[in-house]
Amino acid sequence: MAYSLSVNGATHQVDEDGQTPLLWVLRDTLKLTGTKYGCGVAQCGACTVHVDGQPVRSCSFPLEAASASPIVTIEGCKGAEVEAIQNAWVARDVPQCGFCQSGQIMSAVALLRAIPAPSDADIDVAMSGNICRCATYNRIRAGIHDAAGQLRHRQS
Amino acid sequence: MRWRRASGERRRFGCLSILASLVALLVLGVAIAFRPHALPSSQPLVAAPARSTGSALRPVSTFASIADPSMRSLALFEEAGRVIEHPRCMNCHPRGDRPTQTAAMRPHMPWITRGPDDAGAPTMRCATCHRAINFEASGVPGNPKWKLAPIEMAWQGKTLGEICRQLLDPARSHLNRAELLHHMAEDELVGWAWHPGGNREPAPGSQAAFGALITAWLETGAACPV
Repeated sequence: MAYSLSVNGATHQVDEDGQTPLLWVLRDTLKLTGTKYGCGVAQCGACTVHVDGQPVRSCSFPLEAASASPIVTIEGCKGAEVEAIQNAWVARDVPQCGFCQSGQIMSAVALLRAIPAPSDADIDVAMSGNICRCATYNRIRAGIHDAAGQLRHRQS
Repeated sequence: MRWRRASGERRRFGCLSILASLVALLVLGVAIAFRPHALPSSQPLVAAPARSTGSALRPVSTFASIADPSMRSLALFEEAGRVIEHPRCMNCHPRGDRPTQTAAMRPHMPWITRGPDDAGAPTMRCATCHRAINFEASGVPGNPKWKLAPIEMAWQGKTLGEICRQLLDPARSHLNRAELLHHMAEDELVGWAWHPGGNREPAPGSQAAFGALITAWLETGAACPV
């Protein structure tokens, strides 16, 4: 069955089974391979994308539910929060192997949009579903605080 | 023979033997402290045992032989309790901010909290993973109304009698008798317990059979176990 998908501002016609995980449509059909397959059972967060502005696990999101909402992947994620996160990630060398990082960044961006100055507890709650097997959690947390600081500095 | 030391005579101690004793005690203490230990391992929370086994619920008609209405009411609720205390129901009635999952009722992974509306924190919603259906591709269960029971309706750690009295207390259940019956017999999210998808064991019987038990229990005086 054909579905119309809005991904990163562009409309795509996709002819796949409605029960196909959005992750595989993004990666295999649309060739947007920045979104990673980690576990396939919504446990690791590597496949996080934004649907209607909310972070979701694309491995656990059926295509048929995705056609009505704007989707943003790591390739199309833009804005002040994204720039601040990118700067902080580079400055702190946050990624190690990097495999989980697109999911980490998508969750971190959504967090900063919801809570511009998050506490450690806010970060723990928002990022708890994103696993990093290199255990860069302290750098991720510091990077989010740095990014929040950049955003405050821009506004002042 | 002298029985007492002469005054002024000093008692003599063997310093070497005392030192040796202290060293021996030290060695013994270190040996006890560093003796091999079995590594601690996590244990699953034990689900409350059901009073009877089998996947079906006894129909209301089989309770007709109990002449005393109060005793019949009690028996009806205890049969309904097989559903209430089933992990499919108990997992979403936690006594804290985190649900449990699986038949072992282990803490939910990933680490999530109930949030202000019992559907997750604003930055980590239940809907981050749980959608409107049981999604076979990922094995993640779902329902359009997916959320936790309010904390006032916490069931875990309570006896069936305590749960019974809680159900009948509108201050805690937020339900009058009619709403309570509707919740049990017709609520879509409650109904998920009989259609959990994946390899999850459904609650005993059916929602219709469960609703019939609750109806009969209410009609016979809504007796609660002690």
